[in-house]
Amino acid sequence: MTSFFQSLGMPYEWAWFTATVSGILLIALPLMLAVAMIIYVDRKVWAAMALRRGPNVVGPWGLLQSFADGLKVFLQETIVPSAANKGLFLIAPIITFTVALMAWAVIPFGPEAVLADINVGLLYVLAISSLGVYGVVIAGWASNSKYPFFSAMRAAAQMISYEVSIGFILICVVLWAGSFNLNAIVAAQQGHVFGLLNGFAFNPLLFPLWVMFLISSLAETARAPFDLTEAESELVAGYQTEYSSMSFALYWLGEYANVLLMCTLNAVLFFGGWLPPLDVDWLPGYYIPGWIWLFGKIFVFFFVFSWVKATVPRYRYDQLMRLGWKVFLPLSLLFVVLVSGWLMWTGHFG
Amino acid sequence: MGEDAFVIQLLSFYLFAFMVIASAVMVIMARNPVHSVLWLILAFFNAAGLMVLLGAEFIAMLLVIVYVGAVAVLFLFVVMMLDIDFAELRAGFVRNFPLGLLVALILFVELFVGLVAYNAGGLVPDSAAAAAQAAGAIDAGGASMSNIEAFGALFYERYLFLFEAAGLILLVAMIGAIVLTHRRRPDAQRSQQDIGRQNRRRPGDATVMKQPKVGEGVAL
Repeated sequence: MTSFFQSLGMPYEWAWFTATVSGILLIALPLMLAVAMIIYVDRKVWAAMALRRGPNVVGPWGLLQSFADGLKVFLQETIVPSAANKGLFLIAPIITFTVALMAWAVIPFGPEAVLADINVGLLYVLAISSLGVYGVVIAGWASNSKYPFFSAMRAAAQMISYEVSIGFILICVVLWAGSFNLNAIVAAQQGHVFGLLNGFAFNPLLFPLWVMFLISSLAETARAPFDLTEAESELVAGYQTEYSSMSFALYWLGEYANVLLMCTLNAVLFFGGWLPPLDVDWLPGYYIPGWIWLFGKIFVFFFVFSWVKATVPRYRYDQLMRLGWKVFLPLSLLFVVLVSGWLMWTGHFG
Repeated sequence: MGEDAFVIQLLSFYLFAFMVIASAVMVIMARNPVHSVLWLILAFFNAAGLMVLLGAEFIAMLLVIVYVGAVAVLFLFVVMMLDIDFAELRAGFVRNFPLGLLVALILFVELFVGLVAYNAGGLVPDSAAAAAQAAGAIDAGGASMSNIEAFGALFYERYLFLFEAAGLILLVAMIGAIVLTHRRRPDAQRSQQDIGRQNRRRPGDATVMKQPKVGEGVAL
């Protein structure tokens, strides 16, 4: 995009600046719209599985429900509890929201369509997603209230536990792709199985890792069945209990942006990102633009997330910790050994 | 590029450096320990920014993942649960002040001596020369070689045994910590979950169907 602005007669620095800013807006604004619509989809899917209608009043088929909700919280009064630590109480939702947007900088929407095509893209995603816990922990502490505090404790332990196994799973992917750059990882998946299927998940050795990654990403985003941080039957609303108005809405938006991010990572790391599923150039889908494929995959994964939320009962806290530390950690470690052993044996590294 | 880019780099260096120092000062000045930890996190973050400026993006990411993402979370976790009486902490300040001053002085003198020694030429053992040679080989690889590849080449080829020894030490420390804190409770049967038993449990084991006639009670 820099060269486009240069062709309009700008000097290089200004062209780069304008290109970067417009790139950020091109990602962040549609993302906000997508989050609003995906909340609607979540509620519709959830309703359909419970044989209800879901939102159907505001706009045609209730499509404008999220915008009505947004307007509502925008017009509400922001209440800060008198015992709260005011500064941190107000900063916490901003941290959650900002961090949820930051990670999108390295997501490839197409062969060229990346905001920051950096070498350490995957590490950047890991670093940013490990920051997500602060919004929750600070909110829990700053609220100076019992339930948010319990929720903060749970969130801290939960997110750290699952990041460890996610790290090992990603190491296997990186070993096979030979790069930390997300675009290179997508490119490495072209024709991965028999030169026909695009995606690491079609590889029998990596498929179990994808299953573990999907479950870990549910836990990482604190979605059902791992939503212990806001278990309404025990903790009212968890860390959000004391929040109202826009600060509450920022949590809402940040949470769903994170869910979308995890769906995107599933698509990019295991299902070939912007590549079509089949690497056959005479099929009609082959020439569909990459971002449409990526969005389709994100949508499928989001449906899985909603499906799980609608059907699976919540885990007990000790079960959650057991799954993370005693099942996923040893299994993913075993797969690091298996995958690297297989790659050495087949001479993958040359 | 050229001049302008240099000015931008210089400005961002001073921004990050100022933020590191300012937040480091706030770590010790903050009255509330939770605020201290949060300032510490800000300091880590800006140090990562300095690393990016140096072109060491791998180190920067590791700094954020390891220190901000894991170590500081544990700090925060512990500090949040402590119920610290701040007045009591302040009371010991005057008594401990000379000791603190002594430690600070020793650290300062050591830093100074190190700097002087480095300026005087420093120690160049064989291995350092070899490392410089290896670094030269990496430079010869050109700008195409990424941070991670350069690290891999050094860690897994030249310093393999030292690297593995460091890993072993960490492993021993971890096992030691577990052994020291693990205690077998006398009522282990009651306090530990047996997942296998929980999974084997069927509705029939826990519930009984009773269909009492009208006017009859149920004996449990």
